[in-house]
Amino acid sequence: MAKKVLMKGNEAIAEAAILAGCRHYFGYPITPQTEIAAYLSKRMPKIGGTFLQAESEIAAINMVYGVAATGKPVMTSSSSPGISLKGEGISYLAGADLPALIVNVQRGGPGLGGIQPSQSDYFQATKGGGHGDYHMIVLAPSSVQEMASLTVKAFELAGKYRMPVMMLADGTLGQMMEPVSLDIKEAEKFDTSWALTGTQMKRKHNIVNSLSLIPEELEQLNFERFKKYEIIKENETMYEEYLTEDAEICIVAFGIAARVAKNAVNSAREKGIKVGMIRPITLWPFPKKPLYDLSDKVHTFISVELSMGQMIEDVELAIRCKKPVMLCNRAGGCIPSPEDVLAAIEKANKNGGAL
Amino acid sequence: MIVFEKPKSLVDIPMHYCPGCTHGIIHRLVAEVIDELGIEGKTIGVAPVGCAVMAYNYFACDMIEAAHGRAPAVATGIKRANPENIVFSYQGDGDLASIGMAETVHSAARNENITIIFVNNAIYGMTGGQMAPTSLPGQVTQTSPYGRDVKTAGFPVKVCEMLKELDGPEYLERVAVNNVVNVKKAKKAIKKAFTNQLENKGFSLIEVLSSCPTNWGMTPDDALKWIDTNMIPYYPLGVYKDRSAQNKEKEEL
Repeated sequence: MAKKVLMKGNEAIAEAAILAGCRHYFGYPITPQTEIAAYLSKRMPKIGGTFLQAESEIAAINMVYGVAATGKPVMTSSSSPGISLKGEGISYLAGADLPALIVNVQRGGPGLGGIQPSQSDYFQATKGGGHGDYHMIVLAPSSVQEMASLTVKAFELAGKYRMPVMMLADGTLGQMMEPVSLDIKEAEKFDTSWALTGTQMKRKHNIVNSLSLIPEELEQLNFERFKKYEIIKENETMYEEYLTEDAEICIVAFGIAARVAKNAVNSAREKGIKVGMIRPITLWPFPKKPLYDLSDKVHTFISVELSMGQMIEDVELAIRCKKPVMLCNRAGGCIPSPEDVLAAIEKANKNGGAL
Repeated sequence: MIVFEKPKSLVDIPMHYCPGCTHGIIHRLVAEVIDELGIEGKTIGVAPVGCAVMAYNYFACDMIEAAHGRAPAVATGIKRANPENIVFSYQGDGDLASIGMAETVHSAARNENITIIFVNNAIYGMTGGQMAPTSLPGQVTQTSPYGRDVKTAGFPVKVCEMLKELDGPEYLERVAVNNVVNVKKAKKAIKKAFTNQLENKGFSLIEVLSSCPTNWGMTPDDALKWIDTNMIPYYPLGVYKDRSAQNKEKEEL
């Protein structure tokens, strides 16, 4: 068994990024993700990499855009209010088909909100966040180990599909310490013949941009990008299925909420309630099919979230509203307890599919 | 004997600029410098949002188009990733001195080893002639129809004067392209700004006073004269900072 070290989630992301081959990081301080910047400010200068504390989140994401255009792995990280500021830059990354990793260690909002964990940027991450027709691949780790392994996966997906990938974590995952194996291989590399490296007078100039003033041409670019998104939906959807085989009730939860919910599922099972869980690991693409497949077997779905109920809409769409979907949630930086989730399961069990 | 030809680092296609606009001259000067220094193959240019947004089509080197005002941040990313490349941005006054002020100031403060060509024509051209951060007091634009009133719209931003107070930047010079003598001086300044980068000296910004006959509502000729009569008195030409030269002077003393 590989050696394990005790690390904070934020540090695990940072170290995994280095192991994956990322040598360029740009950020701006914001709680609760600052350990990523602090860690990389120590490590990057020692391995010939770039750590740059930018003047703003806006500048940071545009520095990311610059590095991404050279075809090299690059990342930034922030927390909710800072991610809003990066929204424009993320849209440009998507519009110029550039690979990059953006980490959002979420905190409660809206506005300046708080500094405690939240999942209330689900809409922002999965539906766009910036302007225009685009998606990011959104990865939702639920342990420190997964934060490390999904960091490598994020660079691979970004490079493979030439698009921004977001890791959507939260303040709990970022701050908590768990044993983690850093037996991590460098991320797979992909073609970068499109990148800006200087023509060396050997080829026509490469242009990286997102401007297209002829509507039919811009439409075509959108069509092509969405064809790519269909391939991603087909091939890259990730989820964990837990005790769903005989389940009559299905929890849907991601990230830290899934950790809490898993305890509740186990407690409910001890009481003889047939409950299982689907944990989306990719929030975009959302695991629609396994949820739809379950919709004939279970009588109630329960969406457990650290928000006022955002993912619940995707659950309802995935099952085409065939069964009731209950919301079990806390917001503003609060976390539902296993008892809260168990109470929701018991209520669902009692109602048997009637809301 | 060839006495005049198009620079090789300009793509041979028609430009979209208005008749009488001096962007064409400035593009040409940048391209001539790239040719003379033999750096086309390793140069990466950053186009702004504004009139020069499609500069990526005109320069034959690798090009990228940045979000409005963010060209110095984008250039920073490229240069940090590929220090062997020569990286320049080409930006207007709204891009550089309004929405992108933070990126301008901080890339200068970091003495980022990049070259910025800053085209100051005292107006937003691409969007049809609105007041710019560099529009002169009293200047009539679409959004200052009674003339720029400094009591409500504030004063113009003098970029070179402001940046020279920073310890960071290597080289700051303001030039104009409204007559042959000034165009020659402008080319010399631009060449120095690229040479500085080749010599790893750091941040160089050349502010080029430029005309916008279309949005100033003037003939091209009158617009060039207006640079002399109105712009240069407010924005004096000259070298605002040359750290290497200043250091050398100190050593000699």
